[in-house]
Amino acid sequence: MNHAVLDKDTKADAKLGIVDCDIHPAFGSPAELAKFLPVRWRDHLADYGQRSANPVVGTLPYPRMTPGNGMRRDAWPPNGGPPASDLAFLQEQLLDPLGIEYGILQPLAAGSSTLNQELGAAMCAAVNDWQLDKWTGPDPRLKASISVTQEDVPAALAEIEARIGDRSFAQIAIPPRTIEPAGRRRYWPIYEAAEHYDMPIGMHSAAYGQHANSGAGWLNFYIEEHYAFSHSLQSVVTSMVFEGVFERFPKLKLVVVEGGFAWAAPLMWRLDKQWERMRSEVPHVKRPPSDYIRENVWFTTQPIEEPENNRHLLDTLRWVGTDRLMFSTDYPHWDFDDPRFAFKVPLSPTERAQIFRDNAKRVYRLP
Amino acid sequence: MARHVIAKVEEVDIGKSKLVKVAGRDIALFNVKGEFFAIANRCPHEGADLCRGQVVGLAEADEPGKVRMTRHGELIRCPWHGWEFDIRTGKSWCDPARTRVKSFDVSVASGGALAEGPYQAETFPVSIDEDYVVVEI
Ligand code: FES
Repeated sequence: MNHAVLDKDTKADAKLGIVDCDIHPAFGSPAELAKFLPVRWRDHLADYGQRSANPVVGTLPYPRMTPGNGMRRDAWPPNGGPPASDLAFLQEQLLDPLGIEYGILQPLAAGSSTLNQELGAAMCAAVNDWQLDKWTGPDPRLKASISVTQEDVPAALAEIEARIGDRSFAQIAIPPRTIEPAGRRRYWPIYEAAEHYDMPIGMHSAAYGQHANSGAGWLNFYIEEHYAFSHSLQSVVTSMVFEGVFERFPKLKLVVVEGGFAWAAPLMWRLDKQWERMRSEVPHVKRPPSDYIRENVWFTTQPIEEPENNRHLLDTLRWVGTDRLMFSTDYPHWDFDDPRFAFKVPLSPTERAQIFRDNAKRVYRLP
Repeated sequence: MARHVIAKVEEVDIGKSKLVKVAGRDIALFNVKGEFFAIANRCPHEGADLCRGQVVGLAEADEPGKVRMTRHGELIRCPWHGWEFDIRTGKSWCDPARTRVKSFDVSVASGGALAEGPYQAETFPVSIDEDYVVVEI
């Protein structure tokens, strides 16, 4: 059995401000978002609802444990509402005690996966307004994600243009299970804009997306879906490398969120080997795949792999590269990581600083 | 070792827990089917408050499709990642040899016994006939 256990107190490094790259803010009620929608779409939602490519309307594809779809059981705000819907309680439970200097918001509102793309664009715009109004305005430690409809590229570009001047936004958010593989040309204008504005693309694994969660369709159990988050992100990285996205946009920053990271090391080994043998198939890919991954891709740490022997985690972190990893809690979800105890390995002070703060500050251009 | 009065028996219903601070330690007290047990409040994984977890039983299956529920109310599931611990012993269900939560000896004593003995329960002088939960640290 595979258990890493706290055997001693690991003191939080109070001086090290932490950047948490994955916080999921929630609506207190659906009306909270509706406030930011034009009447046309508010009425539409009331009459028809919002349809995504998920098999069951209005629910997640898999029931998660605990009340409230996979939340930490202790994350319910005392004043009511679902977890992470109350700023004061989020500050009290997450930001203040853990010394979080910046938190990147990853709203999971599914605007980008909405089948009616015009509605999707309106929902993305509303989510973006809502992040400013409810979160980043009142607490500047929080940074927003520009939610866009990647399948409607002109709409996505318009939304990016509308938000880009506001430094409350730290990244452009796209779900990994896009209609076509993420490296396809149809998405390049978004990558071009991201590179031009030096704004990372954040790809967050989630229940939402345009496809079933495995190549063979919908898996049976939530326990399988949770693991499948990493599949879609491996496909994203592979597709972007071999379609030549990073060759064409060498300054593009891709942040892989909530997909794990240990797989990145063997993926790089494998892609490099294949590229040596078969590079003539993709002559536009001029350098070994791992070169692009080590220059253009970052990984958030949650869900962290927990090997049987803690020390092996250290190897894994170094294989992937401590300059590639950015700490995340995934608050308020059940698989939350506490920065004080998540890495039970002897990292050097430099490595700690990289993972918990410095990499994210550079990637997100945080002061 | 000292004995500390930590609750009145009727304060903690069956299946419920109470967080108490004794000698500087956070201890989660549980009432399992009328018996009291106490374990450290900190999960050995990443430190979550165990008293905020869910009291559960075990779902077991010897083969696909044949599930049985046992040990109702005898395990505490951590509020974060769901590791389960035997409330009686603090041992983890999955890896009892390597993972455990500290457990403490708990007993129930009558107020009369407490008042007469060396452990004067001075906070409860008027309710001398009631039963109290006592933990030994
Ligand atoms: S902190 Fe208890 S299971 Fe992780």
